[in-house]
Amino acid sequence: MESTDTAQKWASAVNHLTIGATAAQGGTRTKTVTVGGAKCVPWLAYEGDVGCRPVVALEIWDSGADNWPQELRAQYGGAMNDPAAWARKGEELGADLICLKLMGTHPEMGNRGADEAAAAVRSVLAATGLPLIVLGCGIDEKDNEILPKCCEAARGENCLFGMIRQKNYRTLVAASLADGHKVLAESPLDINIAKQVNILAHDIGYPLENLVIFPTTAAMGYGFEYVYSIMERGRLAGLGGDPLLRQPVLCDVGFEAWRAKEAQASEAELPGYGPASERGPLWETITATNYLQAGADILVLRHPVAVAQAKEAIETLHGAAK
Amino acid sequence: MYIVGECLNGMFKRVRQAIEERDKSVIHELARSQVAAGANALDLNVGPSIGDPVTNMTWLAETAREATDAPLWIDSPRWSVQKEVIPRLSGPKGINSTKADESALDKYLPLAVENGAALVGLTIDQKGVPADAEKRVELGVQIMGKAMEAGLSSELLFIDPIILPVNVAPAQPANVLKALAQLVVFSDPPPRLVIGLSNLSQNCTHRNLINRIFLVMAQSAGLSAAILDPLDEELMNALITAEILLGKAIYCDGFLEAYRMRSQPGKS
Repeated sequence: MESTDTAQKWASAVNHLTIGATAAQGGTRTKTVTVGGAKCVPWLAYEGDVGCRPVVALEIWDSGADNWPQELRAQYGGAMNDPAAWARKGEELGADLICLKLMGTHPEMGNRGADEAAAAVRSVLAATGLPLIVLGCGIDEKDNEILPKCCEAARGENCLFGMIRQKNYRTLVAASLADGHKVLAESPLDINIAKQVNILAHDIGYPLENLVIFPTTAAMGYGFEYVYSIMERGRLAGLGGDPLLRQPVLCDVGFEAWRAKEAQASEAELPGYGPASERGPLWETITATNYLQAGADILVLRHPVAVAQAKEAIETLHGAAK
Repeated sequence: MYIVGECLNGMFKRVRQAIEERDKSVIHELARSQVAAGANALDLNVGPSIGDPVTNMTWLAETAREATDAPLWIDSPRWSVQKEVIPRLSGPKGINSTKADESALDKYLPLAVENGAALVGLTIDQKGVPADAEKRVELGVQIMGKAMEAGLSSELLFIDPIILPVNVAPAQPANVLKALAQLVVFSDPPPRLVIGLSNLSQNCTHRNLINRIFLVMAQSAGLSAAILDPLDEELMNALITAEILLGKAIYCDGFLEAYRMRSQPGKS
């Protein structure tokens, strides 16, 4: 008996987006990464091309990471005080990109200025050939102060800079246009706002194909399903042709997963939950691999085990899709 | 919603003059502006223009083609026009239209299939415009059956349940809505359903108001294509809003602008 062909024909595909520029392209990266391109729902290869492999970015801070959970500090040690050293470690671990968060510029975490932030960006660009994601501290006024100088410091390297938000997007969009960077657009678990931020960037001249969507991330047990549902709705609309939801998606997994009590609590605080040294990496890994099912194109991770496991999961999924 | 722009029609004085005087600039401008306003395809009708209909339609189609790659629908009741123009026209195209009776379908379906053209099938047969919804549905199903036999892909078939002016046929709008609602559930994927919106308000007052209210009612009943005036901004806004309300597109504050971003020539 013949069964019905349930494969859906999609009108559209996720945009391709490249981060990084080699010497031939005007930068100094040893490689670039290209994400996106899926012409089917995540991993359903019989419907169409599954697109490029999702990529893993190692999260590093310019400063202020001394409050990170013990298990992470044990992994990176002194490198956490030097973004250049930390970036090299990320390259050794096999990360596809480095994600530099300029948390040292946060008013309550060092309040570093634009020059110091730009210097951190330069030092990371010099230390590693990997493509670079650069994120501000998350405070609008501060980001507007520091990010333009950072964009300038990285001119030609085709970095992914973030974040633009509905209420604060002009400064970073202008700087990214001037210095040739991709832009990460943030929305607060709200698909309507996700579209609106893209419209606002487009209205001031920023190409829709150069945007990456950051819908906000939640760890397993802390709202993962809701983010999944937003990513799913967005992906379905993008595949159906909506130009405002065709962008690749970034998930900030490391930051969220390590906030979980499962990741942080000692064995005394959580008896029966297993060794503290395993729980964090496990929580991060599972959150990451589950986001692969939601269609994540870029995973920002912290622990070496999560990096390795996520990369293995990506190879398995992508390999099986052939 | 698949939007077919209606402005290139010789019943409009400016277009008729352009056809008669072979003034390309008017045709180019109307083609471009309709596509820019969101038309996915353009309907071409020489109307009451003086001169040989085949020559006029050939000129109109070739001139429109110079301005856009969008599908061009040849709107003529004359077989002589369709059979001459369709094979010679480059790029995507459509035949507007055929009736539902077998002898008509036996001519028009091969023409569509051989030329990769879309085909609009009217739910009218030798007996004329159906009075009720049921007959429209019956004829629509008949067209769909024959089209499938002839090998016309379902994406290229548009069923038109025929809308008449409301002042002349007051019961018809409701019948059309009923017919749409029945036809749309007939198959999966549903058949493409189209109407020539402006017919509804011919010789009526408040034409734009009548058109846009019926359009959203028809969208709600399952309409997926319409021949209309994309330059009527209020009409387009109503269409876009109805799409959001029907869950066809995700809301955002700039939803009117967002819809216009997605409209590109030739895309449904």
